[in-house]
Amino acid sequence: MEKILYLPTHEYIRIEGTKGYIGISEYAAKQLGNIVYIDMPEPDDEVSAGEEFGAIESVKAASDLYSPVSGTVVAVNEALVDEPGLVGKDPMAQWIIEVEMDNLDELDGLLTPEAYAELCAHETH
Amino acid sequence: MENLKKTPLHGRHLQAGAKMSPFGGFDMPIEYKGIVEEHEAVRNHVGVFDVSHMGEVFVEGPEATRFVNYIFTNDVTDLAPGRILYGMMLKPDGGTIDDLLVYRMAPERYLLVINASNIDKDVAWIMTHAQAFDVRAVNCSDEWAELAVQGPEAEATLLKVLGIDATGLPFYGFKESAGMIVSRTGYTGEDGFEIYATPERIDGFWQKLLDAGVQPCGLGCRDTLRFEAGLPLYGDELDENITPVEAGLGIFVKLDKPDFIGRDAVAAQKAAGVDKKIIGLEIEGPAIARHGYEVLDSEGNQVGTVTTGYRSITLGRNLAMALVDASHAALGAPLQVKVRKKTFPAHVIKKRFYTPNYKK
Repeated sequence: MEKILYLPTHEYIRIEGTKGYIGISEYAAKQLGNIVYIDMPEPDDEVSAGEEFGAIESVKAASDLYSPVSGTVVAVNEALVDEPGLVGKDPMAQWIIEVEMDNLDELDGLLTPEAYAELCAHETH
Repeated sequence: MENLKKTPLHGRHLQAGAKMSPFGGFDMPIEYKGIVEEHEAVRNHVGVFDVSHMGEVFVEGPEATRFVNYIFTNDVTDLAPGRILYGMMLKPDGGTIDDLLVYRMAPERYLLVINASNIDKDVAWIMTHAQAFDVRAVNCSDEWAELAVQGPEAEATLLKVLGIDATGLPFYGFKESAGMIVSRTGYTGEDGFEIYATPERIDGFWQKLLDAGVQPCGLGCRDTLRFEAGLPLYGDELDENITPVEAGLGIFVKLDKPDFIGRDAVAAQKAAGVDKKIIGLEIEGPAIARHGYEVLDSEGNQVGTVTTGYRSITLGRNLAMALVDASHAALGAPLQVKVRKKTFPAHVIKKRFYTPNYKK
């Protein structure tokens, strides 16, 4: 079953078995505007839940990217190296890293789509 | 958020769906359509900015010229009415209180245009020093609104849309009529104008310009534009710990005029050289250097800090301005920039990355 969960810092993780695809939410993409660079880890790098794994740069500023889970980077989205702006166009399809998760229990601490939507609604007001 | 000031056009910005953010104590529009689109509109066509957050202080009286010359680094002695000078107000130690434009309205009447973030501090400074002179200084920041119309089509737009004929205005010249000031000035590296008038009038101009299809522009592209032209932003390239000489703005500091506050400090720097300097940097690699990032020498020792950095929209290169030890400021000098956990090679280049297209 496919399942999507969020961090309050606007990263999502799409879960397929023990694999997770991590990217930024539609809301975050809209807030960032034109994306010009994504600083991504390398395959085989370790990521930790709640810790920074890279950064996404809009014209204006760099924003850290936080990992919703702990695990090992299996792949990065190579298309974003030459065309980081793709994330802004379709953030849910254009994941940034694919991770093999260490501990599925970590998912319990993440926001459901409903809880995340509520958080965004509060941020805009 | 509750304490933020609003410009008279605040409602217009919300209506237009602008992204808003605090700047200089005001809730200001950062972008409407997108920083890239707005930046390109100004470089290639024309754009309009609400810059009503800027402060306006009028100084008049028998000793106005003497007084302005005492608090200002540039020399207004021979400035003709209708002309403008750029310069700074300094502390006695040479640190910059603010950078500003001085308009000579009449032989003994001046308009000082100051940064929003510094209005309270500047007004206090001006009032304190004005006591020793036969002058009257009035802070009119809340009564005046201001638009900047910038870009190669600015002159034609002023004439066609607003009925303002600015054709004959020289660069850093202005005209005043019926409570409105129009100057050929700006902060983008393009030809353009700044219009000062009552909030009601500025609101009308803003609507006319938007109705005519002129791109509204936010502070986001104001910063990318000024950055490419190598213009300083107070708080980044200038502050109370940076002198104009260190910022590479020594030509706006005139030593051959009557004494002014900070003169001895900057004269010493001009004579002996500076210890630190604002430079331009090109980063070799995909990373973007941002304000506050460390600048390292080739051995990895920190020799400075990035003051502003972008992937230049016009030039497509990763560029930055940085304050570094003067021993590393020579053109071509190899440096590195620390971007998060990695370091990237960089080298010193001229900080006027983009050659301005001023009409002179």
